[in-house]
Amino acid sequence: MSRALFQPKLADDWQTAVADLLVRLADDELVIGHRNSEWTGLAPILEADIAFSSMAQDEIGHALAYYRLLHELGYPDPDTMAFLREPQDFRCASLVSIPKGDWSVSIVRQFLYDTAETVRLEALCDSAYEPLASLARKLRTEEKYHLLHGKTWLHRLGDATDESHRRVQTALDLLWPHALGLFEPTRWDRTLANERIQPSEPTLAQEWRARVEPLLTDASLVAPEGVEPLFGGRVGRHPPSLAELIAAMQKVFRLDPGAQW
Amino acid sequence: MSATDARDDLRPVWEALQQVKDPEIPVISVVELGLIESIRREEDRIVVRMLPTFVGCPALELLQNQIRLAVMQTGCANVDVRVTYDPPWTTERISDEGLRKLKDFGLAPPSRGATDAPFESNFHRVPCPLCGSRETRLESIFGPTLCRAIHYCNVCQQSFEQFKPVA
Repeated sequence: MSRALFQPKLADDWQTAVADLLVRLADDELVIGHRNSEWTGLAPILEADIAFSSMAQDEIGHALAYYRLLHELGYPDPDTMAFLREPQDFRCASLVSIPKGDWSVSIVRQFLYDTAETVRLEALCDSAYEPLASLARKLRTEEKYHLLHGKTWLHRLGDATDESHRRVQTALDLLWPHALGLFEPTRWDRTLANERIQPSEPTLAQEWRARVEPLLTDASLVAPEGVEPLFGGRVGRHPPSLAELIAAMQKVFRLDPGAQW
Repeated sequence: MSATDARDDLRPVWEALQQVKDPEIPVISVVELGLIESIRREEDRIVVRMLPTFVGCPALELLQNQIRLAVMQTGCANVDVRVTYDPPWTTERISDEGLRKLKDFGLAPPSRGATDAPFESNFHRVPCPLCGSRETRLESIFGPTLCRAIHYCNVCQQSFEQFKPVA
């Protein structure tokens, strides 16, 4: 597959900036959706299994909607984007790439990710790029369920036993720099803000911290101090776990890319 | 053509769509669910704009095809079914008749005005669709399909499903 196919030349700077944002949004959703689906059949209780499977279905559906917006801008169709790109073509943050870990890691990740997504979607509801604004207004209604799930579990584990508390705090310490990496500034930050497509990444990061920290305190957890964000995902530098995930995800499609299902 | 004439002209199309049911809840039509945003005639073509309940709903393509076929059976060969997120679908769009059918099917319908209440309160003491008791508790905000939550009724001593409020 030619590299140029995945970065078509668009008419304006602002279109290129919108497309770059859409790829980030879509890839985050696709990869976390795949990670969530790794709990299908394996979660500790049936309701937890259904919850992660449902969230996987939601997130992959959201990825599809973002890839469709990209397709309208001249990008390849959604299946090509999901199944024929190489890991370095993906623009997801490392938070979604790292393995699902134990239950505490998955719960803390889901909480941190969905809080960040909520903050971003709320801002995108007012985006000057109307196709993205109307999609954001719809997705927000669905993300409320993810956020409620994350908050409920975080609270339950944070306050249950010494062991559960220790494990979620350890997961939080592990994931915090990756979560900060969700807000990695890109070269399009200023264009996106100037064109009122999306507030700058540091602005979103600040809002996210203001929302997350009181919820952590409620769950008797402490946000790590003085930690540097882990950046790189937005320019295609990923932990090795992403390549493993993508190889598994693309394996069947690549056996026969033209197959009709 | 006046607005009334346009509606009369398309009445058979709206009636045809009453026959297209939700594949997971086969008693309620796409019209009663509020999925049909508009039906318009554009020259020799009929354009239906539909709203997905959930963006990741796996039944979306199936519904699009069923809607297209139902409209074609009214005698129009050229039908375009477009999915749009504007306006976003919410459970406030379900008709009164639709809410009644959900309840008869055994699902707790989303309450009216649920969209204004604090989000968590939508799942507190939801009336049991079988006995009407509010002695119920939320078991899981995720259920067998994206649009359903699971509750337990302490009176019936069995679980029931709620059509999730979406706002």
